[in-house]
Amino acid sequence: MFYRETGQYRTDYASDQQILNLPQDKWAMALLLAVAFLVVPLLINDYWANAILLPFLIYSMAALGLNILTGYCGQVSLGTGGFMAVGAYAAYKLMTAFPGLDLTIVVLFAGFVTAAVGTVFGLPSLRIKGFYLAVATLAAQFFLVWLFNKVPWFFNYSATGMISAPARTAFGLEVSGPQAPIWAKYLFCLTLVTVFALIAKNITRGRIGRMWMAIRDMDIAAELIGVRPLWSKLSAFAVSSFYVGMAGAMLFAVWLGAVEPTEAFGITVSFNVLFMVIIGGLGSILGSFLGAGFLVLLPILLKSVLVGGLAMTVATAKHVELVLLGSLIILFLIAEPHGLNRLWQITKEKLRLWPFPY
Amino acid sequence: MYDAVYPFLIEPFAKMWTDMPLFFAETVISGVMAGVMYSLVALGFVLIYKASGIFNFAQGVLALFAALTLTGIMDNFGAPGWLAIILTVAIMFGLAWLIQKLVFNHLINQEPIILFMATLGLAYFLEGAGDIMWGSDVKVVNLGIPQGASQWLLDGPGLYVEKLEIVAAVTAAILVTALTIFFQKTRIGRALRAVADDHQAAMSVGISLEKIWIVVWAVAGLVALVAGIMWGTKSGVQFSLSLIALKALPVLILGGFTSVPGAIVGGLIIGVGEKIAEVYWGPALGGAIENWFAYMLALAFLLFRPQGLFGEKIIERV
Repeated sequence: MFYRETGQYRTDYASDQQILNLPQDKWAMALLLAVAFLVVPLLINDYWANAILLPFLIYSMAALGLNILTGYCGQVSLGTGGFMAVGAYAAYKLMTAFPGLDLTIVVLFAGFVTAAVGTVFGLPSLRIKGFYLAVATLAAQFFLVWLFNKVPWFFNYSATGMISAPARTAFGLEVSGPQAPIWAKYLFCLTLVTVFALIAKNITRGRIGRMWMAIRDMDIAAELIGVRPLWSKLSAFAVSSFYVGMAGAMLFAVWLGAVEPTEAFGITVSFNVLFMVIIGGLGSILGSFLGAGFLVLLPILLKSVLVGGLAMTVATAKHVELVLLGSLIILFLIAEPHGLNRLWQITKEKLRLWPFPY
Repeated sequence: MYDAVYPFLIEPFAKMWTDMPLFFAETVISGVMAGVMYSLVALGFVLIYKASGIFNFAQGVLALFAALTLTGIMDNFGAPGWLAIILTVAIMFGLAWLIQKLVFNHLINQEPIILFMATLGLAYFLEGAGDIMWGSDVKVVNLGIPQGASQWLLDGPGLYVEKLEIVAAVTAAILVTALTIFFQKTRIGRALRAVADDHQAAMSVGISLEKIWIVVWAVAGLVALVAGIMWGTKSGVQFSLSLIALKALPVLILGGFTSVPGAIVGGLIIGVGEKIAEVYWGPALGGAIENWFAYMLALAFLLFRPQGLFGEKIIERV
């Protein structure tokens, strides 16, 4: 009743090509952004930020990156954890080498470094396809984590082999290090994620995005109509790694503050991000956010219900959590293989018709 | 320049030469044995992928689950080894039936990546379920499989070879022979090959896909049990056992997803390559290279044969 297209005419190309071309959608998005930017920073506390909001934003960024590669260009990658590690270590080296550098620039530059590394590891994709490629990207995962464990230059010869983020500022606000106010950290991540989600949306619906999708749907046919596979696959790897690297840099510098590569960037991270992309919906920007939110919230919910609600010991709860997580994932894949994004579209469709059934 | 190149290009080969033949032979033999163990896991992958196109990441956890069940039955109920094995096989068959009925029957015709994710969910589930049922402490497999160095080889040519590895190699050989006979000579085996060839053609001559898939999962469970016993005897039954799946993946891409001989040959190449690299190049690179070396080796082969050594030639049409 309230969500109708009827009577809303689009009379020129510009209005037809807007991302959100219904006023209702525009208002909803404006409201969402207003709440996220203006209200949440006032109410935020340490627990909410560190357990839910920061991981949600950072994993959304990583999921965006992987979705570009897997969802739009069809190249399955299991090396996300390794590429996040590249971003984190690039950020660390920059932060310690240039103390005065603005953290925004550090994060962006970490993204560029990761994009270069990702392009190199994307080279086999020109010859190898499907699951062979997925397994081949595991080489990147294991090699990169090993590299950051073994070469002392990366962790500045520190005795523990860990890296920890020094206090740095972005636009005059302190956003990294233990003293940084939590709302500043949140706003920093939120701004970056919002800006780059918008960029991703526009890349994917433009010429480059269509090129990727052509390669995804059938690479030989795409090649025949003049899409260059080398250029499109490598650009997908580069853009994807750029996002993933920024996520890694933020994860290290803003959220965790100190990381150890094997644990923070292990293969579980790669699988988790892939889950986010698939549960959210392959080939959708919104889906990346929904998937990240789902997989960040689900373990917290399960844990609080099992330990808090049913009074299980932490060890048992961990096993039960695994069982439930596994079954929920399978259930979800059976119920809606196209992900949360598809569910959202169905809801919108229903809303359009409501309250009439047809 | 010389200092940088020497430990990589000259020293390893010089060492190999001076180590001839004893230590080098030991390295190669232990590589072969390790490769056989990898092949055991890879076999399960290949069987399922061939028959149903599912990239079964849960194979490692399946091995862990089988080993946990086996030791659980033996420790908790005091069952003798042979009985425990029979019971575990029965449980694995039941599990195969459940997996097919509850999970993959509902996922027919989905994208390969969705199926892959489902097996990951399955892996989480089995890992948690195994721990809940049998506890998460490290267990020992007491099947009386001989361990320690083989005295006979130590006295004779002076080679140090683990008895367990010989047992594993012999078991793997028997298993592969048995599987080959099963595939070539029995009715179900032929049906299975038909399904692997072409689903629609198989269905049109009256083969039930669902039944074949259950059989495949059951056989994969059986292979997982053997792998679980061998790996469990070697390093105890614990969570890390499920990580052998990650060891089997490079074997798979090297040999080709669809080829049983590929899994064996791939396992041997990876096993030997990894051991030699670890012994001769490891120190120069700072050690612990076995995590990624196998993948790089497989990748190098893939660049020349994108479908693996024995995989079916990829023919693409528009």
